[in-house]
Amino acid sequence: MATTARLEVKNGDLLAALEAFSRRILDCDDIGAILAPWRLPMKNMVMPTLLTDPDRLKNIDPLSPAFPMNSAKVVSRITRKPSGSRVAALLRPCEIRAFHELVKLHQGSMEDLVIIGVDCLGAFSNRDYAKWVEETDASVTKTFYTRILNGKYAADGNIDLAAACRSCEFPVAEGADISIGLYGVDTSSMLLLEARTDQGRALFKKLDYPKAEAPAQRKKAVEELVAERTASRDRMLSATSEATDSLEKLAGYLASCVNCYNCRVACPVCYCRECVFVTDVFDHDSVKYLRWAERRGAVKMPTDTVLYHITRMVHMSTACVGCGQCSNACPNDIPVMELFRWAAQGTQSAFDYEAGRSLDEKPPMSEFREEEFEEVVGLGS
Amino acid sequence: MSDFEPTIVAFFCNWCTYTAADLAGTSRLSYPPNIKIIRMMCSGMVDPKYVIKALLEGADGVIVSGCNPGDCHYINGNYKARRRVKLLKEILPRFGFEPERLRLTWIAASDGVLLAEILQEMVDQIKTLGPSQARLNMVI
Repeated sequence: MATTARLEVKNGDLLAALEAFSRRILDCDDIGAILAPWRLPMKNMVMPTLLTDPDRLKNIDPLSPAFPMNSAKVVSRITRKPSGSRVAALLRPCEIRAFHELVKLHQGSMEDLVIIGVDCLGAFSNRDYAKWVEETDASVTKTFYTRILNGKYAADGNIDLAAACRSCEFPVAEGADISIGLYGVDTSSMLLLEARTDQGRALFKKLDYPKAEAPAQRKKAVEELVAERTASRDRMLSATSEATDSLEKLAGYLASCVNCYNCRVACPVCYCRECVFVTDVFDHDSVKYLRWAERRGAVKMPTDTVLYHITRMVHMSTACVGCGQCSNACPNDIPVMELFRWAAQGTQSAFDYEAGRSLDEKPPMSEFREEEFEEVVGLGS
Repeated sequence: MSDFEPTIVAFFCNWCTYTAADLAGTSRLSYPPNIKIIRMMCSGMVDPKYVIKALLEGADGVIVSGCNPGDCHYINGNYKARRRVKLLKEILPRFGFEPERLRLTWIAASDGVLLAEILQEMVDQIKTLGPSQARLNMVI
């Protein structure tokens, strides 16, 4: 059977098309709820929302440039234990990749879950989104996707996509059961539905959308976008390398860190249920601070900032999907996403691993072989 | 730099390398006093943050040493240690730590002589490298 189909768009209204699609998903008798980005009724803010009432679907907004959190953690909460119902989740590609990492760490389940992924148009930083929404009328999302799909800057003025999105090489939701294509598709008349897994194909049969081939220009459009993003990523990483290549520079890079640990709260793949940095291990006795100060003549407070960040890299860098929520959460605007992606690039390539690539690849720190990495043993390396 | 005496923190596994250090002592072999040994039950117990902490606090080098492959008292702790060292060796050099400052070796309980040789060589290498950047500059 066909794995690609056509989702009708009327009057150029992509959100209405996505609403109709969600309605049809929710109509399937074995799907009890849909998790989707949803425009809150009281404010122009979009949050992941679990919906069961079809009448509420008119507020869903998967194309908004609002990205207040990575929903992987929300999906983890919903699926960690059996809920008794099948749930469909409408996610960005980086949310799907992060969720796959959590599943591999047994913090989420693919059972009773259908993942729908929309081509990601990117998002603004939280601050830019708030600023932009204030200045723009109610049809903010339409303004946004129209500009992006026409190859223009995300918004007028000084607002551009968040740094993480500008250097994201994964605009297409390859890990979804069903993906919805926008790039290289004539979105004035249709969106491209694509079933990518057995579950997706089974659902496709029920949804019964008219068959359609992927437009010839789609592959090229996606490739061009990925190439542009990859080049941007490489520039970003080399600038970060330059900015942090000694301990002194790294400490300077992190100089305004106040140990709030927001970056690990916002991180979808910071998997420890309790972070060691908030346990008694780091609840030092008062006398210790005095002793440290005496030994060195000065001790910066709060302590252990660099230790925290490097330890976090050890924990999460092999699972980092580059979603940028760490930077979003930093109260002092430290470009932490760049730093963590810089470490992640090294650790993921060292273990020939790519976060979110495949559910069959085990996280590097959860397996080992008898014969490997001989080069790190001994005094010669 | 001839008067530079490095501090090297050593995480030795109880069953092999620590026993080798014991053997070196009872055999009256000498090894440099720069090595500060911390006895771990297994090299697989060495949490990467112990290594990071030691280096940030001004240790000039860290050596993790356990049983030879196949000999781990806990069957596979040394393989886990090797992955963690591999991971650390990808991260730490990005921030200016020379790879030579972190070492992983396998030294069996009967290898007192080898232990003395390896520790002497590590001290020599670190002396050539000079003091760690964390010792010279204030961090935390």
